[in-house]
Formats: sequence, structure tokens, C-alpha cells
Amino acid sequence: MSDTLVPLLVAVPLLGALLTVASGLVTERGPPAVAAGVLTVQTALAAWIGSRAIADGPLSNEVGGFVAPYGIELVVDGLSAVVVVLVAAVSLVVLVYTVRDDPGGAAFYTEYLLLVTGLSGMSVTGDVFNLYVFLEISGLATYALVASAGDGRSAVAALKYLLFGTVAASLYLLGVGYALVATGTLNMADLSVELAQAGYDSPLVLASFGFIVVGLATKTALFPLHTWQPDAYNDAPDSVSALIAALVSTVAAYALLRILYTVYTPAFFEAVPVARDALVVFACVSIVVGSVLAVAQSEVKRMLAYSSVSQYGLVVVGLAIGTPAAVFGAIVHLVGHAIMKGGLFVAAGTIDDLTGATTAEEYAGLAGRFPVLGGASAALMLAMVGVPPAVGFAGKWYIALGAVRAGTWPVAVVIFASTLLTLAYFAILVERMFVAPASASMQAATDGGSERLGGPATPPRGVLALIIGAAVVALILGLAVTDLQTALQPTIDSLLS
Amino acid sequence: MIELLTTKYTYLVVVALLAIGAYVMIESDNFVKKIIGLNIFQTGIFVFFISAAFRTGGRSPVVQSGGGGGPFVSPLPHVLILTAIVVGVSLTAVALGLVVRIYESYGTINEDTLEEVLANE
Repeated sequence: MSDTLVPLLVAVPLLGALLTVASGLVTERGPPAVAAGVLTVQTALAAWIGSRAIADGPLSNEVGGFVAPYGIELVVDGLSAVVVVLVAAVSLVVLVYTVRDDPGGAAFYTEYLLLVTGLSGMSVTGDVFNLYVFLEISGLATYALVASAGDGRSAVAALKYLLFGTVAASLYLLGVGYALVATGTLNMADLSVELAQAGYDSPLVLASFGFIVVGLATKTALFPLHTWQPDAYNDAPDSVSALIAALVSTVAAYALLRILYTVYTPAFFEAVPVARDALVVFACVSIVVGSVLAVAQSEVKRMLAYSSVSQYGLVVVGLAIGTPAAVFGAIVHLVGHAIMKGGLFVAAGTIDDLTGATTAEEYAGLAGRFPVLGGASAALMLAMVGVPPAVGFAGKWYIALGAVRAGTWPVAVVIFASTLLTLAYFAILVERMFVAPASASMQAATDGGSERLGGPATPPRGVLALIIGAAVVALILGLAVTDLQTALQPTIDSLLS
Repeated sequence: MIELLTTKYTYLVVVALLAIGAYVMIESDNFVKKIIGLNIFQTGIFVFFISAAFRTGGRSPVVQSGGGGGPFVSPLPHVLILTAIVVGVSLTAVALGLVVRIYESYGTINEDTLEEVLANE
């Protein structure tokens, strides 16, 4: 169904980014206010369009009136609806924390909105080259945001991220080039037909698949292509860590889903089973190694970053298995991970602000000093491990179920093993927070307010509400998962048919 | 072999550019050289797209009044690469800006030296 509102999902944050610059010239308080306003509009718009796409079937728009497949098409189906709402809502909520974190300046909020533009664009585009452009827009905005801490360390992390991210996007572009040579089209829906005609075993098609998947896997941070990610998450300002940990790799994983099922379709996997097997093995290695590396970390933000490597492995394994249950599980885990990991990074940043604690050792006695903050963080950690009925459990459950139904039961074993490892690294933190005697930094926080000069002595209310909110959503989303399944079933069925 | 060289030489150029770019990125310690390597790598991809657009005897895709006049060189890859070049320029600018910041903070743009400085920090 054609719909004229769809391009607004990209246009609103883009124009908002310009408005932010302008408002910065007028008053210093302008940019955060404008960003909040723009993201509120964006969230409402995404929810409205998304609910219609889920209720009435896919909505599309041919940009500038150029007919697809020659022009660029924007499409919102059930899955992109979920992702575009997630992007808008999470970026609006994290903005609360961003304002507290005070990165300063109109430039920061402009980059913030440009990142939302790129991610929304990636979610709704129906054209593989357009996806590349949005990938680079979100990439450029992320590099600038990571560097916005202003110190040398964040500049090093941003440059490392830039080199990796650009090579990844370039490989993706090379893959698109091969697909273009093989078929002469760039429209996703059109490609799915044309690729079949070009022959799935043609070297051009296989090469394009390989390059595109490796490019997007790097952006998603699968092992061993993850090396940019811990530095980027660790050295970025706390609010930026929360935003990019929640959204950037999530949308890259969504793009991988689009490529695998809208462009290459399940028929490709049937014709080239080795592609599916390779992806499953790749993702399983990522799950296990990511967890093991996370266990080995002492710094909390770095541990959370390696944990993401493992969680995205889970998402990709769900996509690769490709039964309806596994793909649904992958989507649930993608959404759940965004909420839980975003919340955990906000919590880690807040704890750092309050007490200066950044390692597991220094977390000792946290719950005694800040019971609510400690409790909400622990709830998020347990949700991440996958304690029912949390969303972390629901996602893993459906992926494992899909794996068993597809006959690839070793994957279920890997998921179980990774759950134990996840428990291992979060249990250390929970034990420190609740059981261990208070560390020096917690003592300092108790005796004389914050260890950091000028830091707040109690968690700011807005940020605390945000962390509690994330914990509550993570817990109750697990209960709403059957409703989500009913809503998404038609989309998944049409994707896998 | 000779036939490959005379007919498919653009692809050899592409492969050479990709290999040189990747080699410079991996092997060089200097961040500016790494960025230039990245540029060479991207240029390889640009050449790939443009060579894919080529048709033997094809003209520029401007239809004269009255129509006809084919075959034409495909305009689509050229347009795509124009966009990709703009993206590449922006990336280079951001990357060089970051290198300036690194130099201001640590007084070096050499990766090995920087690793030492960061480890001792």
C-alpha cells in the first residue's frame, strides 16, 4: 500500500538536526529542547506508521515519484515497524540521560539526530544502495559521537571504529556492486526475483552474498570482526555508550535480516546450504568467545561490550537457522537486548558518576549505598542472563526452540552454555554489589558524598526512573511476547515463504 | 593470459587497488597513511562500479531529440559512485580531524608509539 507519510520517518530527524544547529545560535538551552521535541514527534510518527503497517500490511513510498525498481523505495513492514519504533523510543529515552551527562553544545545534539536519521533510514529503506548511504550516515554520526568525550582516548577509539566501520561498509558496497552486475537492479524486492534468475550458484551472486554478509557482520560486531567495539563502547561518553550499545549494532543486525530474507530469500539458503552452515558456525563461535572474553574483563563497560558480541551472535544464529520460531526469537532478542543493554550502560555510567567505580571490584557494597540503583541494575542483569519471564529468556527460548525444530540441536547446547557464561559474569557483579563488603570508593561515597568533585550524592531522579523503567520493560516484555508473535507472524511468514 | 590482460584489465586494476589499500591499512603504523590506504581501497570499489557500467561502443547516456542513438553507457553506477565519493570525502575529513585530536593529546600519530603511551597512562 502506498503511503505518503513514510519518508517523514527520515525527514523529521534530518530536518530536526538542522533545526538544532539553528536553535544553538539563539540560546544555549535550545538544542536539547529541540532534540527532545523532534524525537517526541518521531516516536509518535513511528508508532502511528508502525501500528498501521502491522495492522494493514506493508506500507511503501516511491521517493520523488520515481517508480520502483528504478527509483528508491521506502518500505515499512511489520519488522521494520518494530525496529523504527525501537530506534525512535530508545533515542528519546536516552536523551533524558544525555542531558544529565551534559556533553554540551549544539553539535552534539545535531550528531545525535543525524544518527537517528541514519538508523531510521536503514530500517525503512527498500533499496540496497540506499541502505549503504544510510549505513554511512549513521556510521559518520557514531564516530563523531564516540569522539565527543573530548579526550585523546575517545579520539583513538573513534578512529579505530572509523577504520573498521568504513572497511565494513566498503565491503558491503562491493557486494552490492556484484549484485548489480549480476542483476542490474538495486531494489530489494526486485533483487530477490532477479537473483534467482541469475542463478544462486553463479560466482557473482555468491561473491555478493559473501561481501555483504562480512560487511554487515563487522558492523554488528561478530567475533572475530568485533575488535573495534569494546574500545568504542568503553571510551565514548557514558550517554553515547548507552545509545550506540542499544541501537547501532541492533540496526546492523536488522539490516542483515533484510539482506538474508528479503534480498537473498530462503531459496538461496536451500540452493547453497553451505552459506547457512557457515553463518551458523560463525555466530556460534561469536556466542561462546564473546561470553568467555566478557568473563575475563574487570572493567564493567568493557564486560558489557564483550557481552554484546555474544548476544549479537545469538541474534545472527536465530536468523541463520531461519525457521519462523528462530527468526521471531532473533527479533525479540534484538529488541530485548537494546532495552537491557541500553539500561545497563546508563546504570554503569550513573554509578561511575556517583562513586567513580568502573571495575567489578569497586562495585562492592553498591547495593548498600544505593539500594534502588543496585536493585534495578541487578534486575537488568538477571533479565540479560535469561531468568523467566524476562525478555532475555523469551528471545533465547524461541531461538533454541527454532534450532531444535530445524534439527540443529547443537545450537541449543551452545545457547545453554552461553547462558551459563552470561550468568558467570553477571553473578560476579551481583555478588559484589549485594554481598561483598564495601570497597574504598563506596566508603568514600558513604562518608563524604561523591568521590568525584562536584558529582551528585544521590542518583538523579530522571536517570533513576529511566533505569527502573528499562528493568520493568525488560521484565514485562517477556510476558507480552505472545501478543508480539501474533502481530509479527504474517510478516515473518511472508518473509520466509 | 594475454586475452585476460587486454579485455579484463579494469578488473586487474580493481584487485590491485583493493590489495594496495588493504596492505597499507594493515601494514602502516602511521594513522594518516592508514587513512590514505582506506581511500585507495574505496577507489578500487569505485573503479569496479564504473567498469561495470561500460559498454563497448557505448555513448554518454544523453538521448538526442528524436530518440535513438544507442548503445549507451549505464548511467546508474556513475550516479551511485558520485554519492559514494561524497561519503568517502566526508569520512576522510572526519578521520583526519580525529588524527589531529590524537596528535594534540599524545604528540604522536604512530600507532605503536600510541599503544605504548596508552598502556603507560
